[in-house]
Amino acid sequence: MPTKLDAQVPSSAPGGADDALMKVRDLQVHYALRGSSMGRLFGAGGDVVKAVDGVTFDLRRREVLGLVGESGSGKTTLGRALLGLVRPTGGEVRYGEHDLPSLSERRLRPFRRKLQMVFQDPSAALNPSMDIEAAVGHPLQIHKLVANRTERRERVVEALERVGLAPVERFLSKYPSDLSGGQKQRAVLARAIILGPELLVADEPISMLDMSVRAKILELMLDLKRDLDLTYVYITHDLATAKFFCDRVAIMYLGRIVEIGPTEEIFSDPKHPYTKALLRAIPEPDPGALVPRDLPRGEIPDAAAPPLGCSFHPRCPAAFEKCGWETRDLRPLLEQRWLGLDEDAYDAERATIGNLDSLDVPAHQVRLSPGRGRGPGDVEALVQRAREADPQEPLWKGVKRLEAQDGAVAVDFHEGEDPRLRPAGAVEVACHLY
Amino acid sequence: MAITPTVEVGEPQHDSTHRSRLARIAFVIATPYRQSAGIARAMLVVGTVLTGLMVLVAVFAPLIAPYDFDQVSDGGARFPKQGEPSGTHWFGTNVQTFDVFSRVVWGARTELKVVLMALALTIVIGVVLGLVAGFVGGWLDRILVLIMDSLFAFPYLLLAIVVAFLLSDKLGGGVTTAAAAITAVYIPQYFRVVRNSTVSAKEATYVEAARALGAPPHIIMSRYLFTNVIQSVPVIATLNAADAVGTLAALGFLGYGIQPTEAAEWGYDLNRAMDDATSGIWWTAVYPGLAIVLLVMALTFVGEGLNETLNPTLRVRRLLPVVLPPRQPAAPVENAIPVEKAEVGRDRRTGVGGSPADPETSTTEEGGR
Ligand SMILES: Nc1ncnc2c1ncn2[C@@H]1O[C@H](COP(=O)(O)OP(=O)(O)O)[C@@H](O)[C@H]1O
Ligand code: SF4
Ligand SMILES: [Mg+2]
Repeated sequence: MPTKLDAQVPSSAPGGADDALMKVRDLQVHYALRGSSMGRLFGAGGDVVKAVDGVTFDLRRREVLGLVGESGSGKTTLGRALLGLVRPTGGEVRYGEHDLPSLSERRLRPFRRKLQMVFQDPSAALNPSMDIEAAVGHPLQIHKLVANRTERRERVVEALERVGLAPVERFLSKYPSDLSGGQKQRAVLARAIILGPELLVADEPISMLDMSVRAKILELMLDLKRDLDLTYVYITHDLATAKFFCDRVAIMYLGRIVEIGPTEEIFSDPKHPYTKALLRAIPEPDPGALVPRDLPRGEIPDAAAPPLGCSFHPRCPAAFEKCGWETRDLRPLLEQRWLGLDEDAYDAERATIGNLDSLDVPAHQVRLSPGRGRGPGDVEALVQRAREADPQEPLWKGVKRLEAQDGAVAVDFHEGEDPRLRPAGAVEVACHLY
Repeated sequence: MAITPTVEVGEPQHDSTHRSRLARIAFVIATPYRQSAGIARAMLVVGTVLTGLMVLVAVFAPLIAPYDFDQVSDGGARFPKQGEPSGTHWFGTNVQTFDVFSRVVWGARTELKVVLMALALTIVIGVVLGLVAGFVGGWLDRILVLIMDSLFAFPYLLLAIVVAFLLSDKLGGGVTTAAAAITAVYIPQYFRVVRNSTVSAKEATYVEAARALGAPPHIIMSRYLFTNVIQSVPVIATLNAADAVGTLAALGFLGYGIQPTEAAEWGYDLNRAMDDATSGIWWTAVYPGLAIVLLVMALTFVGEGLNETLNPTLRVRRLLPVVLPPRQPAAPVENAIPVEKAEVGRDRRTGVGGSPADPETSTTEEGGR
C-alpha cells in the first residue's frame, strides 16, 4: 500500500518546457457566516465571506512569490487553499496533472510530501508534548519513509543541522517550551524540509519573532531554497521583507490579487492605487523618519459585503465613473462632513435628511427622503453644498444624476465595472486606469 | 552563508532517551507535590500516605489476614457467631461467623480490584469516545453527547443497579459485574471533559500542521491531540476513585453488589450488621464502616489536593515578589536582555534596521542578501 502511494507522488518533471509549478485558476474560498443548519436547510443561507474571490496566477518553479496585503485580505486562506488545507468553493489549483481541490483528503495526503507549510506562530505550530526529535521526524513516520528509530534520528540530525540548530544533540530531546521563538521556527522549517518538498508556503514566518532573529530566518530560508531547489509562497503584510525576499509580488486586497509582477517593477513603478498607498506606508530605514501609513480613507471594508465595482473604490484617491460608486459611499461622506461642522449647523443638516438607513444597502440608486418639515429641495441643496465644499472628492465623478423627484431626492450613480487583472507593462494590474 | 551554531556548546547530553523519558514521567508525577502549598499540600501528602497504606493492605492481604474471607472454622473449631473481639478474632466475628478483621483486610483487596478495573475501563472508553466525538464532530458527536448527557442525568446509583442487574446473568455477581456497573456511572464525566478539550484543541495550529504533514485522522488523534486533552483526567480519576468506593459499598449494601461467596465487601458486611447495632454488637458495623470512610477520605484528599494544585482556575499561586535589577542609567542594552536564549544574544550583533519600537516594521534590505 505505501509503495503504491509513493508511486503516486507527482513531481512534474523539473525544468520541463512547462515552467509553472502550480497553476491557480479563478480560485474561490467563500466561508458561510451565521448560516444556521436550519437556514441552510431552507435555502436561506447566511452571509458569505469571500476570503479568496477569483484568484488566478502561475507559480513558477524556484521562484519566491510574495503575497502581500493588509490583515484580512485573504493571504492565509489563499496559502492554505494552495495546499488543500481548506477546500476551495471554486476554481482550480493545478499541480502537475492534478487538480488539488478535486482530490479527496485521503488522495491529497501523498501530495503533502511535496507541499509544505510554515506557520506564523512557531510556538503554536509544534505539538507541546512532542520533543524535537519526534516532531521533526514524525513526517517521515507518517509517510513510512524510515524503517526504524536509528534511521529517523539520522534524517532528523541532518535536517536540524541544515536549519542551524546545532549542536544537534542538545535539541533532540528538548520540548518546544524549552526553545526560543527563532529556534522553534527553525525546528518548524526542519520539519517542513525533511520530506524533500517542492513548495513551501510560509505564512508570515517571521512576524511573531524577535526583531533580532527575523533577518536570520529569512537568510536561512534563502539558503534552503538554494540548496534544496524550493519554491516559496511568502505571505506577509510587510512590504519591506517582501522587497528583500521575493522575486515576484502579488498585492492582495479583499480576496483578490490587484497587482502582480516582478518585485523591482512593483517597487519602482507601482501601478495600482492600493499598491501606491501601501508603498507610501513603508517605513524609511531611518527610524526617526517613519512615514505614516496614509491610506486615503476608511478601514478595510467588511469582507462579507464588499463594495460594488472595484472593491478598492471607497478608499481610492484616483477612482472615477467606472469604479462602482454606490449608495453606501454617501454615508461616510456625509458623516465626515458633519464631523467638521459646529453643533447648530450639524443639527440643521442632520434634520434635513430623514432616515439614513437607506444608505446601507448596496445599490447604484437611492432616494433620500427629507426629514420632518423639510422638502426635497432642502436635501438637494444640502448635497450640493457638500459637493461644493469638496469638489475634488472622487465620489462626485460617480454621480450620474441628482434631482428632486416625487418628494425625495434621487441620486443615481454610474454603473460600475469590476476591473479584471490585465497586463500593464511588466506587471498585471486590476484597475480601470490601465 | 555558513550556518552558525545558535547556542553555545553545553554539558554532554544523556543519550538514552529511555532514561530521560522515565525521568520526565517521575518529574511530572512529582509536579503537584512540588507546586502545592498549605492545605492542598497537606491533603495531598496525607491522602497519598493513607491510600498507600490501603494499597499495601490490599496487596498483602493473604499475609495480613489470619483467615480467609469466607472461613467459618479453624482446625475443626467453628467460629463463634457475633463473637466479641478477642485474641483469636481481633475485630470479633459477625452474624455469618466470619472473622471481621479478615473481612476488612480482604475487603480492601476487593475495593482495589473493582476500583482499578472500573477506572481503567472508564478512562479507556470515556477518553476514546470523547476524543473521537470531539475530533470527528457532526452527527456522531451529537449522538454521543446525547447518550452521555442522558447517562449523566440518570441517578447514578440507579444506573449502577440497572447495569449490575443486567450483567449479573452473564458475568455473575463478582468483581467484573461490579466494575462494569461503576464504569457505566463514570464514563460520561471523562467523555465530557475529553470531548470539550478536544473540540478546542483541534483548532490549534499544531493540529493543522499535522494535517499539512499528511497525518491521517487516527494519527492526529493519537499523537497530537491525546496527550494534550487528557491533562485533567488524573484529577477526575482520583476524585472518581473515592466516589467509586462509595458506589461499590452502596451497591453491596443494597444487595446488588458483589455476592458474599465471591469476595469480601464492606458494603455487604455493613448491611448484615444492621440488626446487630440494636443489640449492642458494635464491632460488626464499625470496622467495615471505618474502612470505607478511611479509603474514601484518603482518595478524596488526593483528588482534591491534585485539583487544587493542577486546576488553574482554583489555584492560588504562591506569590513571589518580583525582583527588578537596579536601574543603571548608562547601562548597555545587552544587560537588560536575559541571555538564556543564546539566539537572541547572538543575533543582536548582526541586528537589522527598522524601529524596534514598531513591531510591524520588519527587516529592511540591510538584512543583507
Ligand atoms: N474559517 C473561517 N471562517 C470564516 N471566515 C474566515 C475563516 N478564515 C478566514 N476567514 C475570513 O476570511 C478573510 C480572510 O482571512 P485571512 O485569509 O486570514 O486573511 P489574512 O491572512 O490576509 O489576514 C477574513 O475576513 C476572515 O475573517
Ligand atoms: S479601478 Fe482603479 S481607479 Fe478605480 S477605484 Fe479601483 S483602483 Fe481606483
Ligand atoms: Mg494571515
